Amino acid sequence: MSYHSHADLGGQDVRDAIVMEPEGELFHTPWEPRVMALVVAMGPTGLSNIDMNRAARETLPNYRDLSYYEIWLAALEKLLLQKGVLGDSPSPPKQVLRAELVAAAISKGSAFSRTPTGPARYALGQRVRTIAVQPAHHTRLPAYARGKVGIVDRVHGAHVFPDTNAQGLGESPQWLYTVAFNEQELWGGQGLNQRSTISVDAFEPYLEPA
Amino acid sequence: MSEHEHHSHEPHAEHAQRTLSPMELRVRALETLLTEKGYIDPAALDVLIDAYQTKIGPRNGARVVARAWCDAEFRRWLLADATAAIASLGLTGRQGEHMVAVENTPQVHNLVVCTLCSCYPWAVLGLPPTWYKSAPYRARAVKDPRGVLKEFGVELPETTQIRIWDSTAEIRYLVLPQRPAGSEDLSEQQLANLVTRDSMIGTGLPGKDA
Repeated sequence: MSYHSHADLGGQDVRDAIVMEPEGELFHTPWEPRVMALVVAMGPTGLSNIDMNRAARETLPNYRDLSYYEIWLAALEKLLLQKGVLGDSPSPPKQVLRAELVAAAISKGSAFSRTPTGPARYALGQRVRTIAVQPAHHTRLPAYARGKVGIVDRVHGAHVFPDTNAQGLGESPQWLYTVAFNEQELWGGQGLNQRSTISVDAFEPYLEPA
Repeated sequence: MSEHEHHSHEPHAEHAQRTLSPMELRVRALETLLTEKGYIDPAALDVLIDAYQTKIGPRNGARVVARAWCDAEFRRWLLADATAAIASLGLTGRQGEHMVAVENTPQVHNLVVCTLCSCYPWAVLGLPPTWYKSAPYRARAVKDPRGVLKEFGVELPETTQIRIWDSTAEIRYLVLPQRPAGSEDLSEQQLANLVTRDSMIGTGLPGKDA
């Protein structure tokens, strides 16, 4: 089955101006804060995880035509339909975020670090090459950084692996690295030459020795 | 809410009905449904919205930066273990579980982006601005950082190295901007007032657009 993300925008030719926004301007319509809160409040129900949410959003066919809170809303509706919540016998929520629990839930957050199941394959300063294949499921290696050689810049420990977590196949923790690339490696002869270095946070399965 | 369910002939109520946009109706319908099915507590949505409107925003990050400017030991801690250092100021939790602070110097300017979605350090900066989630910023920040910075009114010396952090996993980045020249006599609170949201993303400089 083919999988296409409409959200993988790094390096694409998008020429629209960036529209500035003052610090206090958080919402632009009365429904936007409700959508933000709905999505956050649905977290504890366990209906989906953050990677399933991202997969639902990035595969919306009209992703590029929607505002960000429209994307959140459409993806939430899609997940609710997929999970049968709108049907007659939905599975019960794992937990309901009650008003009095909100402050504690926000300050607790939910950590994504996990106990590693084995030693890290790569070390700080090591040259690595990112895999070139585009998998047929949600993944977090951007297209612009596929098949490129970089240097391990940080080692973060093991984290929940989005590729499996998004598919409901479990957390399958993987070592997570920051891998830094020279701009010439990523953009080649397009020659912007801006004295820039770009890094992505890459899970071990995205990497090969170089 | 209940007033909208009455079929009242009072002009005020009819007016209120008419002014609801299709999106507002759609969001209200979803909220009602999820409440009836027992997935959400609508009062929790109010608390969530209030938290991100009044408590969790870039003023929190500004406190972290000002502390780092005033306290060399805190600065070292922040750069070595940002999650712990930031937590010591009471800033923890959702979308700040795994923090990394990156320091601007005369040689290096840091810029944070999420090309794949909208990953942003909520615990210290609150909700992301619309432009951060928009296609032009996400597309261009990795490939044409100097052009992007110019749109924000920031022109760096040609010799400055630009370091771009694409937030592709659950690590969240906070830029520690350079302390402005001539700020030696300012108190920590006065310094915090100079720290803008954009300066902590890397699209601004402190004291410029606060």
